[in-house]
Formats: sequence, structure tokens, C-alpha cells
Amino acid sequence: MSDSSITTDTSHDIVKHTESVYVYEAPVRIWHWVNALAITVLCVTGYFIGAPLPTMPGDPSSSYLMGYIRFAHFASGYVLAVGMLGRIYWALVGNHHAKQLFIPPVSKEHIKGMIHEARWYAFLEKESVKCVGHNPLAQAAMFTMFVFGTFFMIITGFALYGEGTGMGSWQYNMFSSWVIPLFGQSQDVHTFHHLGMWFLIVFIMAHVYAAIREDIMSRQSMVSTMISGWRMFKDNRP
Amino acid sequence: MAKIETFYEVMRRQGITRRSFLKYCSLTAASLGLSPAFAPKIAHAMETKPRLPVLWLHGLECTCCSESFIRSAHPLAKDVILSMLSLDYDDTIMAAAGHQAESIIEETIKKYDGQFLLAVEGNAPLNQDGMSMIIAGKPFSEQLNRVSQHCKAIISWGSCASWGCVQAASPNPTHAVPTHKHPGIANKPIIKVPGCPPIAEVMTAVIAYMITFDKIPSLDRQGRPKMFYSQRIHDKCYRRPHFDAGQFVEEYDDEYARKGYCLYKVGCKGPTTYNACSTIRWNEGTSFPIQAGHGCIGCSEDGFWDKGSFYDRLSGIHQFGIESNADEVGGTAAAIVGGAIAVHAAASAIKSATNKADQGDK
Repeated sequence: MSDSSITTDTSHDIVKHTESVYVYEAPVRIWHWVNALAITVLCVTGYFIGAPLPTMPGDPSSSYLMGYIRFAHFASGYVLAVGMLGRIYWALVGNHHAKQLFIPPVSKEHIKGMIHEARWYAFLEKESVKCVGHNPLAQAAMFTMFVFGTFFMIITGFALYGEGTGMGSWQYNMFSSWVIPLFGQSQDVHTFHHLGMWFLIVFIMAHVYAAIREDIMSRQSMVSTMISGWRMFKDNRP
Repeated sequence: MAKIETFYEVMRRQGITRRSFLKYCSLTAASLGLSPAFAPKIAHAMETKPRLPVLWLHGLECTCCSESFIRSAHPLAKDVILSMLSLDYDDTIMAAAGHQAESIIEETIKKYDGQFLLAVEGNAPLNQDGMSMIIAGKPFSEQLNRVSQHCKAIISWGSCASWGCVQAASPNPTHAVPTHKHPGIANKPIIKVPGCPPIAEVMTAVIAYMITFDKIPSLDRQGRPKMFYSQRIHDKCYRRPHFDAGQFVEEYDDEYARKGYCLYKVGCKGPTTYNACSTIRWNEGTSFPIQAGHGCIGCSEDGFWDKGSFYDRLSGIHQFGIESNADEVGGTAAAIVGGAIAVHAAASAIKSATNKADQGDK
């Protein structure tokens, strides 16, 4: 799967010598961008559900603004949830890079790599490591912020949605029936669902910034990799 | 067991006609969400079953539950409801007082062991050995445990008995605990009827259901009767079309408030509150808070005193200052991260510029 010979360190694929590697298969790339769009719609509509736009004038039968905003939110929520299920399936059947998202970064190698990356971001290291998949710090952020955050939002989101669909609906039975008693009452679930949004927004800000910065300053391609699937390396040094 | 009058006998003795009695039965069936076919069943139960003895104990409370209960606008109102139950002990409204009153508890336990209902209004404080709530020289806590050992089922009236309410609000100096968390309470079914106070018709209907069907109503996971607590105020609110249209009261005294738009933006807790106010309403179905122009404060929800302002739809997060909420905390975090990114980006740009300059020197 590479243009030239490669040797990889199995722990987190530190590349010794190569030019480009096919990393992200098509389903992963499609999922990434669909997911990004869904999260954007969810954040914007979610914010306007919590803090609605100024009052619409006229007869209530002539507008359905909150209804449409909520519909967009629920529809994107389904896209996010179904996409996550599809992504989990692909982690099982796709290449080994597809699994990386769901692997908690706990090995010794990992922690060493994370420290190196942290030092790189703190301008204490001259060069970043070469990674085929995520760098160790990115993997940690992906797992603790993105995967955890998204699952949290899917679970609390369906719990809140199930309140509307009502007792007896599958959303209520599978989510609301245990999530709401777990938090105590509905208001706290709402509160944590809002906090979850900000948690994901903070992740997205860091994610987008780091991807662009790495694209410019590190030794490998970033943004184009999520479009073409190929990781390009800028030099042949290990 | 002593022979007690049936409900029907009591009603007739009080001068209620059979016609009114049957009306009452069909209205009860309707309020319980049952089909008309159940009206004769209710009538049959009322005609044949002895009155259900009830001991109504009062802990730390404000009596709003009793006040609500005696205003039940249910067809045959208070006197029948009160006779329907053989309300053997209720220190607020009973004629007996002192030792005479207290002896009724023992008498009921002896006569109807395992057959009477225990209704608890308020709750028991545990700190200072329960000294904050003394009845007949003993902590209420002891009375509650003793009676609970002998009852058939327990009804927790109101938010106090169901969740703790104001006396259990932080910092809860007397350590007041709701019925189901009371140490030593008997392992009997507990029916929570929360609200501050609960709706009168809900209270009477819960009892009517238990008399008619001889079983406790079906409860949700938090122990509330599903027939009244399965939907939020918001789900059945008559202002809901304004919510869906995006028409909100922006301030309490604005034009939209006069037009009766949705109170969501001024902090109505209808979307997070499970109760039947928007369908049954209060005072003979006259009104309920939202109809009167004020948002719901969520009085039937667990811990409603401790979740920030009555006018905020999100819980307060006090770790970040008294009045902060999730959006303020989250927005601040996002702003800090955004600032950090800007600084880091600038530093990165300088760093790569100097690196290039270094390489150029070589």
C-alpha cells in the first residue's frame, strides 16, 4: 500500500522511510466529512434550541421556525448516531488505521510519544514525529474528547428526544428511561447536553487548528489526507 | 376485621343520590384515562369494598398537600373523598387531639394490620436525633418507621416526601430525607405523587385507582404514577404552538407576554417537568401557572430548589460562580481555547519564520 519501502514501528506507526501511504479508506473519509457537517448543524441548531432567535411576528400558524430548527437538529442527530454505528462497523472490517480512533492511548510507547508531541507543540522539539495514522497526542484527544464526547451526546441526546416521543417509544425505552433517573431529572440532562456541546466545540477548534498547523509545519500531509486518503511525507529522514 | 361501611353506603348516608354517584364513577374513570367500560367497575368496587383506612402522617411540611387535597374539585368534592377514605389519622384536620389522637395510630395498626394505606406528607429530619420534628414527644422518624411496618403501601404526597423539597435543599441543616431514603422504612411499595403541592385531582385519582383495582397504579422508574407523570408540562401546553412557531415572551412585561406567547425564553421549566398541570389544571380546572402568564418552576422535579434560578432552564453550575450556567461556562472555555489557539498560531508562525531564516544563514 505504499509507493516506496516502509518499515513501521507497530506501536503507533512511526515511519522510518517512505513517501506516501494509503491511510484512510473511502468509508472513513466520507464518514469524516458527513460527521463534520452533522456536528456543525447540531451545534448551530442546538444553540438556537437553547437560546431561540428573536420572536417571529404574525400568526403562529404561519411560521414553524422552532419546529424546523428542531427537525434539523433531530435529523442530524440521527445522521451522527447512524454514522457512528457505521464507523464502528468499519473499525471492525476496515484497515488497521480505522481501529485507531477507538483505542485508548495507554501503552508506554504511547505516553512517550504523547510527551514528545506535547514538547513539539510547546516549541521544545525541533521536529515532529512521522506518523501514518494519528500522532500519539492526537489519538489521545480523539479518544478522550471526540469518541467519549460523541457517545455522551448521542446518549443524552436520544434521552432528551425520547422525552418528546414519549413512554413506550424505543428512544424512551432505550435511553430516557435510565438516563433521566441517572442524572436526577430532565433539567440536569439538558444542562450536561449543553456542556457536551461546548466540550465538542473545544475539541473541534483544537482539531481544526492542529490539522492545519501540522499540514504546514510537520513533516506529513494532514488536510489532503482526509480528502484523498493518502498520507504524503515531506522528507525521507526517519 | 371490623365491618366498615362501603364507599357507596357512606355516600348515600351523606345524601348523595345514586345518579350523582354514577356520574362520579364515570368522571373518575375518565380522569384515570380509562374507557367508559370501567365506570361500572368503579361503581361496583365502591358498592362492595369497605372503605380503605388511611393514616396520613405529617413530617416537616407546609401543609400545602393537605390544602390542595381538600380542594379536590373532583365530582363529589371533599366530603365524599374524605369519607371514601376512612381517614383515621390526619393531625391537621382530625377532631381528636393529644393522646386521644395518637392512640388512633395504634388502634388502626391493631385493627387493620397490613391493610391500611400510609400517606406521608412531608419528611423526617435525621440530624440531632430527629429533634427538628417531634410528634407526641417522639421523633417523627420513629413514628414513620413504626407505621410503615404495618401498612399495605406508602404514598409519598408532594415533593417533600417524594424528593425532599425545600427542607432538604442545600445545605439541608436538619438532614431531611424523602420517604424512600428514610433509614428503616419498611420494604413496601412507595407511590410518589410529587408537586408542591400535587394537583388535588391527581391525589384523589391515585387513591381512587387503588381502591377500584386493589393494586397500585403502574409507576415509572422514579416511582411516579405513569397516568399523571408520563408527560411533560410542555408536551400538552396550550402555548405549544407559539413555541413551535418561534414566538416567545422576551420579557415579562412586553407585548408578547400580553399576547400569551411561549414563556420558554423567560425560563419556563415546562420542557423539563413531568406533571399533569397543563391537562388537569388547578382549582376546578380554572388555570395553571403558564395560563396565568408565569413560567413553570418545575416544583414536581427532584431537587428543584437546588438547580439554580426558577427563571433559568439550565441548572446552575456553582463551581464557576453563583449565577453561571452551562452555556456561560462552555462559552468561556471555548473563548479561552480560541485565544490560546491564536497565540499558539502566532508563535508557530514566528518559530517557522526564524527556522527558515536560520536555514538561510547556513
